[in-house]
Amino acid sequence: MLSVRDLRTQFFTRDGVVRAVDGLSFDVNKGETLGIVGESGCGKSVSALSVMRLIPEDAGRIVDGSVKFEGTELTALSERGMRAIRGNRISMIFQEPMTSLNPVLTVGEQIAESLRIHQKLPRRAAWDRAVEMLSVVHIADPGRRAGEYPHQLSGGMRQRVMIAIALACKPQVLIADEPTTALDVTIQAQILQLMLELKERLGTAIVLITHDLGVIAETAQRAIVMYAGRKVEEASVAELFRNPLHPYTRGLMNSIPRRTAAGRRSNIRGRLQEISGIVPSLREEITGCAFAPRCGFALERCRLERPALEPHGPQHLAACWEVARVAAAPR
Amino acid sequence: MTAATLDAVVAAGPRKFDWVRRNPTIVIGSAILALFVVLALVAPWIANDPLSFDPLNRLKRPSSEFWFGTDQFGRDVYSRVVYGTRISLIVGASVAVIATAIGLVVGVLCGYYRRVDDIVMRVMDGLMAIPAILLAIALITLMKASLLIVIIAISIPEIPRVVRLVRSVVLTVRGLPYIEAAVASGTRGRIIMTRHILPTTVAPLIVQATYVCASAILIEAGLSFLGAGTPPEIPSWGNVISLGRAYFQISPWIIFFPGLMLAIAVLAINLVGDGLRDTLDPRIARRM
Amino acid sequence: MTAYILRRLLATIPVMVVVALFVFLLLHLTPGDPAAVIAGDDASPLDIEGVRRKLGLDRPLWEQFGIYVSNLLRGDLGTSIFSNLPVLTLVKQRLEPSLVLALSTLVLATAFAVPMGVLAAWKARTLIDRVVMGFSVLGFAVPVFLIGYLLIYIFAIELRWLPVQGYKPLALGIGETARSIALPAFALSMVYMALIARITRASMLEVLSQDYIRTAHAKGVAAVAVLLHHALKNAAVPIVTVIGIGLTLLISGVVITETVFNIPGLGRLTVDAILKRDYPIIQGLIILFAGVKVLANLLIDISYVFFDPRIRY
Repeated sequence: MLSVRDLRTQFFTRDGVVRAVDGLSFDVNKGETLGIVGESGCGKSVSALSVMRLIPEDAGRIVDGSVKFEGTELTALSERGMRAIRGNRISMIFQEPMTSLNPVLTVGEQIAESLRIHQKLPRRAAWDRAVEMLSVVHIADPGRRAGEYPHQLSGGMRQRVMIAIALACKPQVLIADEPTTALDVTIQAQILQLMLELKERLGTAIVLITHDLGVIAETAQRAIVMYAGRKVEEASVAELFRNPLHPYTRGLMNSIPRRTAAGRRSNIRGRLQEISGIVPSLREEITGCAFAPRCGFALERCRLERPALEPHGPQHLAACWEVARVAAAPR
Repeated sequence: MTAATLDAVVAAGPRKFDWVRRNPTIVIGSAILALFVVLALVAPWIANDPLSFDPLNRLKRPSSEFWFGTDQFGRDVYSRVVYGTRISLIVGASVAVIATAIGLVVGVLCGYYRRVDDIVMRVMDGLMAIPAILLAIALITLMKASLLIVIIAISIPEIPRVVRLVRSVVLTVRGLPYIEAAVASGTRGRIIMTRHILPTTVAPLIVQATYVCASAILIEAGLSFLGAGTPPEIPSWGNVISLGRAYFQISPWIIFFPGLMLAIAVLAINLVGDGLRDTLDPRIARRM
Repeated sequence: MTAYILRRLLATIPVMVVVALFVFLLLHLTPGDPAAVIAGDDASPLDIEGVRRKLGLDRPLWEQFGIYVSNLLRGDLGTSIFSNLPVLTLVKQRLEPSLVLALSTLVLATAFAVPMGVLAAWKARTLIDRVVMGFSVLGFAVPVFLIGYLLIYIFAIELRWLPVQGYKPLALGIGETARSIALPAFALSMVYMALIARITRASMLEVLSQDYIRTAHAKGVAAVAVLLHHALKNAAVPIVTVIGIGLTLLISGVVITETVFNIPGLGRLTVDAILKRDYPIIQGLIILFAGVKVLANLLIDISYVFFDPRIRY
């Protein structure tokens, strides 16, 4: 349904060109939940913004690649055409519910606006639907709440409102960029639960972007791992956790503090595992594998040739020249 | 130029001109301002007596003999405008210095002593509610006209804004941890004020001083225009324009030339102020 | 909300007290003999005595202040020395032209400057932005009377579209008034426009960098709607604030503009008072204008509530 091929997005700063997304490809199928995992700065948010064509023109642009949505090439679409899709057939919610809602408009108004623009509903009908959406996202007393302003709501409630806005027009895809990162842990669970429930109800596919592996484990069916603007691994979530192939993915998994369990190394008494080194600067062209400088398994080939994404298992892709060695090493 | 010095210039070159290119406003503004200062200084050598009457040459159009034309008394407008530069610059600079000095002292005291602050800020609010020109007019009405009175009268309405600025800087700096440390270690108030707080006020103060200067020049011109400013014997730009009012329809140059000089001078000063502000980047102080 | 209004009204009292006190003290603290200065160089001691009596300077200080305050509270702004008419009466006679001029200028300035500032912020760092900012810089530098005379020269003398000077009262029809007030209002609005455009641009730039603007785009809202419906209301508070701050500038400007265009308003009253050194008129006008400014600021503070629902009193 949504098909991204070889996407490249670059930002033009005074100190050089930043290659934020460097040849990314992935698919989103109808009704599934795809997770995009990676640390800060790996390009996951930028890819989402690129799909939505929300990158400010004076900051950067999509320099190459294709984004096909239900047959339409989004990168070639006019701004007008794109506007008809945003919030209507592909929606996006953001990380900071505190600042993502307009403080001077009522919550109901912000939901109703979507409905008026895309479904051409008259004022009254749009407002009623907005109130309905508020109850769909489990906000108590929706009639009253709709007339309130964002600052009168808690963080969790604001994120529910964001979800209500995003799903009001029943889009085919919902892109959620770190939707729970800014929320308390208990609220996190509620929001994720809500998103899954609505997915079931409306049949919306969800692209869940996060740096939190735990969230992926709980919510996503498939996941891709990104590093330095590239996809380095892709698999079903179960497979990914059971058998991480790429050294970076392994590193991520190992960084999670774990309790002792029979047969597993305890890292609660020793030092936490870390991935040594730092993320490469995206200002320079990266030759070879982006992870090579930090990889314990790196060989000469890794530094010269960018590894291609190869299937190494059932529906399991990884971009690494030394997969076999990596898989053989102890976790 | 020897090869060695050329190398040295080239080596130092890019950095110097980079600054110029990145800050065109300061350079242009300062250049124009410098020109005005020069004009004021060499006035006696490049212009005739601004006060000499020449009834035979009344209201002559600008020509090669009278560059800016003549007024209704036959006076050479060009000379009057050149001498007027002196008045404007003197007024501008004096007001800037006076208002800044007084504003600094009052502002620091306000920022530092709460009780002083409460009373003085009320007074400042009151002063700021009065239109500047009217305040100056009130003062001037009560005293014999002279340049000094004009300067004082213009300084007074400019003080509140400086006080506000200094006060906000002081209040911001006071809250910073290193001031707390100084107080805790027993440093006396006066020393804290001079050594720690005062230096931070310098940059925004200089920027504000340029704006005060520009504002003062405009106000002086306005006052003279209304007849409440510089005594008519002294040829300030405002006076020249004021006297030219009656003959505007037949001799517009009497108004336009001094007006143009005024606009360019104020523009230059504003450019310098804007440029200084951008360069000095006062992160702590807020503009009023 | 009403509690807030009452509190703010109460807060205006100290300011007005300061103004009244200041103006009163001015008469007494200025060095030299104001009565002599006002009476003029050729005045006889009798004339000076007469002026002194009219100004009330012959009574003890406390009595003077008492009379002064009680007069103010009754709305008596003093009496002109030379015409013996109450200042308030003189003000009422000349009020209409100044009011029309001031309001027209305000409306004109806002109507032009806000869109300019919005446009400049939207197209930041492009040619349009630089043009608007350049115009703003000029607006601050060129004095009102220069613009006024330039406009007169171009539109009244050369093109003959509009009258050179004078004012046609509203009683003669709004068209006539509009024609006579067009050039003065335009001249006066320049500096105000510069101020408002600049702050509008700055405020809009600040707002446009906020997250909720990104959300609006992500919803598929059109660019213009984002600017006007989503952004502008958020940017309103600083803009409205600066309109209030610029009021004193406006009043000063009215005085000068009326002189340029020969409009028989409060400005003309001021100039006449200057010529004759009729201090009570100037004193009364100062109190009047200060009161207007203070009231306007109060209205502006109250207006914040309509722009930003987070502000609740």
